[in-house]
Amino acid sequence: MKIKRGIQLIDQHDRNFMYGGKFGGNFIPETLKKPIEDLTKLFAKLRKDRRFLKERDHYFKSYVGSPTPFIKLENLTDHLGGAQIYAKVVSEANGGAHKIYNATVHCLIAKRAGKKFIVGDTGAGYAGKMLSMAAKKFGLKCKIFMGAKDIQRQRPNVLAMKKNGATIVPVKTGSQTLVDAVSECMRYWVSNCDTTHMCVGSTVGPNIFIKICAWSTAQISRELYKQVKEEFGRIPKKMKLLNCVGGGSSAMGFWNEFMDTDVEFVGIEAGGPKNSKLHAAPLTNGSKVGILHGAAQYVIQDKEGQIGSTESISAGLDYPGISPLHCFLKDAKRARYTSVNDEDALKAYQLVSKLENISPSLEPSHAFYEAIRLAPKLKPSEVIIVNSCGDSIKDKDIIKQKLGTYIR
Amino acid sequence: MRSKIGIAFEKCKKEKRAALITYTVAGDNTKNNSLKILNAISKHADILELGFPHNTPIADGGQIQGSSYRALKNGIKLTDVFQIVKKFKRLNPNKPLIMMGYFNLIFQSGENRFLRNCKASGVDGLIIVDLPYPENKKFARKCKKKSIEFVQLLSPTTSNIRMKKIIKDSHEMIYYISMLSTTGGKLKVSPKKIIQNYEKIKRINNKKNIVIGFGITNKTISSLKKADGLVVGSQLCKKIANSLKNRLNAAKVLDKVVYNLKRKII
Ligand SMILES: Cc1ncc(COP(=O)(O)O)c(C=O)c1O
Repeated sequence: MKIKRGIQLIDQHDRNFMYGGKFGGNFIPETLKKPIEDLTKLFAKLRKDRRFLKERDHYFKSYVGSPTPFIKLENLTDHLGGAQIYAKVVSEANGGAHKIYNATVHCLIAKRAGKKFIVGDTGAGYAGKMLSMAAKKFGLKCKIFMGAKDIQRQRPNVLAMKKNGATIVPVKTGSQTLVDAVSECMRYWVSNCDTTHMCVGSTVGPNIFIKICAWSTAQISRELYKQVKEEFGRIPKKMKLLNCVGGGSSAMGFWNEFMDTDVEFVGIEAGGPKNSKLHAAPLTNGSKVGILHGAAQYVIQDKEGQIGSTESISAGLDYPGISPLHCFLKDAKRARYTSVNDEDALKAYQLVSKLENISPSLEPSHAFYEAIRLAPKLKPSEVIIVNSCGDSIKDKDIIKQKLGTYIR
Repeated sequence: MRSKIGIAFEKCKKEKRAALITYTVAGDNTKNNSLKILNAISKHADILELGFPHNTPIADGGQIQGSSYRALKNGIKLTDVFQIVKKFKRLNPNKPLIMMGYFNLIFQSGENRFLRNCKASGVDGLIIVDLPYPENKKFARKCKKKSIEFVQLLSPTTSNIRMKKIIKDSHEMIYYISMLSTTGGKLKVSPKKIIQNYEKIKRINNKKNIVIGFGITNKTISSLKKADGLVVGSQLCKKIANSLKNRLNAAKVLDKVVYNLKRKII
């Protein structure tokens, strides 16, 4: 499996929308064929529409708050000794996470499609919060599907969604987490696709949703590419970009513009509690290819093809599948994937929050732990950049419960 | 040789009525009970659909999700589903049975192995919810080679051009989804409108057997009886759930329910 140079990764699929002949596609009920085809055509047109691009850039700048900061973590670097550690503080974006890019673009598309209603899924609650924010801004009525377990554990984001006037639909089937929320959201769309636009919260789902999402989050690496050049005068020879992966939208956005460089990509999956087997790490643990939410991907499942349960302290990473784009990057050996467990993610949160002015949420804390693990083994000439794609404030309750105190 | 599905439709046509097609889930709530249910309802139903449960069914509503959940909780596996079919077919060799489910189970099993097992247990047809046209062409061809009916689906969102292509590549039976909905939704389109769409499909090819499904219950079934066939699923799953809750014999309850459905279309 090989990645082509000079072509956007999202466009490297075959006629059946499969990447590497193996990942992705559109495994969907007949009813969704037409709406997905319509959306595919509309997006293909909008991507080339100068006015649409101008509009996107305008809102990314004035509404999302682009560019987000790129900072050196001096204290962490000194503390660990070894590679220089930087962070792209995507949590400074409006709303507090990268989910705002996808949400904003989906609302702009929904407007162009003449839709008045928008629905979306959420795990950590960021995707839902951002969609509700953007929907409010662009005058769309918004409904968010969220697992009942996640509603319990991600209260701040739930409150934000309510404040933005979104209807939150608690999903009580299965594990009551993100996987069930996405299923229920897709079911809702099957029933309402004539009036309603659907936003999938990450680079998962039928092909078009993967494309729109990755195209939107790519803003992160467009900014970073410039920021890195400004900082170092060039793209450093030995540079690693570390990103947590749940569905994989922040990582795709963080890496996209560096695809044709020598920069190393490391994706960090959720290892779950130390002694649990219910990890959410299909790439690290060699899961088999299966079909989840309309796309072929490495997915946690049993021999029969029943989707497996996962467990992670971070609701945003607690998902049995992974974007087909990451499956493609893995098999093409362009990116490397590993996992970090709950306990270590908490340690990373603690250390970074203590030493630095940023306080990553539990999702990026997984990536920070990998940075902490790697840095001492590397030379000071080497560079590690972590995508700090969420803020710990949303995890205050969990952190307090696990560590006794919450610092930020 | 005529297929059992074809023969069933012919028989109904002679009797000038729609074929009654039931949907229940294999293993709901146990292997034995679901077999008993099949045996009971096959007295009245013309074709039986048997769901092989998946735990992430993106196109099913609450009732069928519930059935699947009960079956999976009791440990149903694909080999058990084939066992149920085999046992059913031993008693009812001529009753057509169509297995329905999601593609991942076939994908994990391997298409060829799955079809061999279908053949060995007597499955007459397959409906795969999330393997649409044209992605399903290759698999549909494999089915045809094994004389297993691959049932194509059409929906209100299917464009005319697409409809013609699908019908052209279809086998004997086509499933028309009555409305934009998951299974188990309330009928939100007027029966008149549904029949209009149905007739549009029939005009493209009058020889295909077009069955209508989604939102059909004892309340709505008679208004659609013009169709070649009518599928009732969620209502049956709901009756099973109620029987379990009230400690009634689900096979007996379903026997009556399906008998009454049949009466409404003859
Ligand atoms: C802060 C944060 N990071 C990461 C993720 C994981 O999603 P993705 O891999 O799509 O970035 C989430 C998802 O909710 C999130 O909220």
